[in-house]
Amino acid sequence: MDKLAVIAVDGLVFASWLFLVSAGLSLIYGVLRILNVAHGGLFAVGAYAGASLVVAYSAAGLWPLGALLALLAAAVASGLVLGLVVERGVLRWTYGREPVMQLLVTFSVFLILEDLTKLLWGVSPYYAYQPYQLLGQARVAGIDYPVYSFLLLVVAGGTGLGLWWFVRRTRFGRLVVAVIHDPEISVAMGVNLARVYVTTFTLGAVLAALGGAFTAPMISVVPGIGVEVIVLAFAVVVVGGLGSLEGAAVGALLIGLVRAAAVHLVPVLELFTIYLVMAAVLLVRPLGLFGRIEARRI
Amino acid sequence: MKSVSRLGWAGLVGVLVLAGWLLPRWLVFLLALALAKGVAVLSVVVLMRAGLVSFGQGLFFAAAAYAAGFAMRWGVRETLLLVPWSVGVAVLVGALAGLLVARYRDIFFAMLTLALSMVLYGILIKAYGVTGGSDGIRIPTPTLLGVQFSGEGARLVVYYLAVAATVVAAWTMGRYDRSPAGYLAQAVRDNELRVAYLGAPVPRVVYLGFLLSSGLAGLGGVLTALNVGHVDPGLSYWTTSGELVFIAVLGGTGSVMGPLAGAVVYELIRSYAFKYAPYAWQMMLGAAMLLIILFLPGGLWSPVERLWRRQTT
Repeated sequence: MDKLAVIAVDGLVFASWLFLVSAGLSLIYGVLRILNVAHGGLFAVGAYAGASLVVAYSAAGLWPLGALLALLAAAVASGLVLGLVVERGVLRWTYGREPVMQLLVTFSVFLILEDLTKLLWGVSPYYAYQPYQLLGQARVAGIDYPVYSFLLLVVAGGTGLGLWWFVRRTRFGRLVVAVIHDPEISVAMGVNLARVYVTTFTLGAVLAALGGAFTAPMISVVPGIGVEVIVLAFAVVVVGGLGSLEGAAVGALLIGLVRAAAVHLVPVLELFTIYLVMAAVLLVRPLGLFGRIEARRI
Repeated sequence: MKSVSRLGWAGLVGVLVLAGWLLPRWLVFLLALALAKGVAVLSVVVLMRAGLVSFGQGLFFAAAAYAAGFAMRWGVRETLLLVPWSVGVAVLVGALAGLLVARYRDIFFAMLTLALSMVLYGILIKAYGVTGGSDGIRIPTPTLLGVQFSGEGARLVVYYLAVAATVVAAWTMGRYDRSPAGYLAQAVRDNELRVAYLGAPVPRVVYLGFLLSSGLAGLGGVLTALNVGHVDPGLSYWTTSGELVFIAVLGGTGSVMGPLAGAVVYELIRSYAFKYAPYAWQMMLGAAMLLIILFLPGGLWSPVERLWRRQTT
């Protein structure tokens, strides 16, 4: 029984992290129909920006909990700048090309971002443990958990709700939904496609950076952290159905819980769980759990 | 047209054979590595013919390399046995994986192949007792027809093996391109549904392409293993597969020559860039790929091809 509780808590925490790093990817795919490999690069930049800002903030000796706001600010700033630059500078020239070419374009952007972080921040690790340490530990189901893990739950939940509100309840969000369903008709109805694209991509970039920034305190920020994130986020999004936010949430939950179960019950399988879940889901539902079936065009 | 391209091929093989004599040793080694990679890039191109992009060729690349490693451990050191055996293992893996993967298209195909190669990566890392974990397996110098070479001679043997394998791979690829299966694969890329409605066996065409692709990737893998003298799980990591896709785009996917030329150019650039700008070489690669995709969509080789065609017609 205890083990079940532990698995549930571990799974939830991991799932909220997964959702945080994959929501942006799903959003961008939903609207732009581009699988954004640069997501991992944006994640890494967010992590570096967050870590260095937290280090600087903590050294200044101000209100300690402000470090969390520093993380948020770093994520929003880096996501905004990079999102605008990448979409306006590169991606917009590739609209209408084959999906595979677009994939390779974002792969190139990813490579560029990888080295950009090395050039800007160097190759030695950054430690931004202050927010992690600050929040201390809490006892749940007989085990001490860092409170920061639960903060992750809150951040992921907040992000999910915020996105839901943005897409379903705001005017601009409804335009986005229209574009998701049929870009051509939307343009005919007077929707400014370019604006929807640049806004969505920038929002997705901010989400990627947010995931990176809030991951930074839990890890040592080193070159190469972006690579793993791409694969993980892809898996989550594919399981949930490409482009579906609800799908990303369910996919994250599924993978998070299965992985936690594997860690505690069959540790050997831990490395494969994500791929096993993905393969199993795709076998039964080739478009993912919430994937939309597209009309076949002959 | 045909005789011209045949002449071109003969000339190229001649140059490659001479290169083994004339070029400095380190360059020969680099060239052998580039050819091995070029063969693996062809495996990506085969799938691109059918409109599929695989981000998991590392699966076959590593499977063949490790197959060679295990055979060596069991005492088989003969090159002429090692290569067919390793390629066979890769094709077997492809035959199994294809059952699952060949049903999917586009990004799902890319992701599933990626996932499978990462599963192999996980196995190679975890099964320390069998595969040596992240340390990998050492590959001793192989024999050729029972003769054990050493030092310089061994290097040259591996180089000429790579040249021979490249010729075989390029020939196979050319044959495939002009076979019914090859033409059908291109039709599948253009419009799969129409091909199916015309009564052509789309799943079989894709499966066949997948098998050929796994064999070529395996050939590249075993060549790389013999070249480097060491195999490690990194061969199955997704960046290895990504690199192959990158070179395919760099060289252009329209021809057989393009990917091979792309591989040589890539290896040269990489070794220099890595030496002089270790923290910026990925950036250069990324920028180069962006420029090619935006301004030279047919790849680096496409202007040459256009010229070639203009002269022969």
